[in-house]
Amino acid sequence: MICVTVLFFASIADVMGARSRTVCLHEPVTIADVVAVLIGEVSELMPRVPHVSFAINGQFVAQDSPVADGDEVALIPPVSGG
Amino acid sequence: MIVELTVEEIDVSRLIRHVAKPGNGAVCTFHGVVRDNADGRAVTKLYYEAYESMALQQMQSLVEGTVDRWPVDDVALVHRTGELQIGEASVVIAVGSAHRAAAFEACRYIIDTLKTTVPIWKREFFDDGSVWVEPMPRSSTD
Repeated sequence: MICVTVLFFASIADVMGARSRTVCLHEPVTIADVVAVLIGEVSELMPRVPHVSFAINGQFVAQDSPVADGDEVALIPPVSGG
Repeated sequence: MIVELTVEEIDVSRLIRHVAKPGNGAVCTFHGVVRDNADGRAVTKLYYEAYESMALQQMQSLVEGTVDRWPVDDVALVHRTGELQIGEASVVIAVGSAHRAAAFEACRYIIDTLKTTVPIWKREFFDDGSVWVEPMPRSSTD
């Protein structure tokens, strides 16, 4: 079993009703597995996932990327800085 | 090089001083400023949120990539977070280079790239509510 911290920002934080969440799963675990757990808890997340980018420990990654115990995973909605 | 996030008003003259070195014949600055309207609606204020550790990493690599790509001497890039009022600068970029062409192009490249890659979000406030701005498809024109 591995556990990761998932960070939520902007509209995703509003949808999830939280800024972060710990998710624990049996290995092997990918970003997609973590997202599936979150959708199971908050179904409103599902339609937003196609527009979300993902990061592990501050680096953009693909949805099929493996995650390791203690990783910081982030769901990144379309950015609007500037 | 200056790369920062701040909740304080951006000290533009400090950024200009940082890149205005004796060998630089050009200093180009860009200020992103809070506008009082969006899509025809009156905006009362903005709120910026950042994934701070990642945003700083992305801003750093953006500046380093810019210095590698153009013959520019130095860059300062500062973005605000938190609540901003109309007319305040949300982002300021200063580029110093020997000649003007590189400074103009690098400044444009930094703001365009920042807007599509750096994890910062703005929330627009109106008289009757607020909305996160999450452009889809991503726009590089505003």
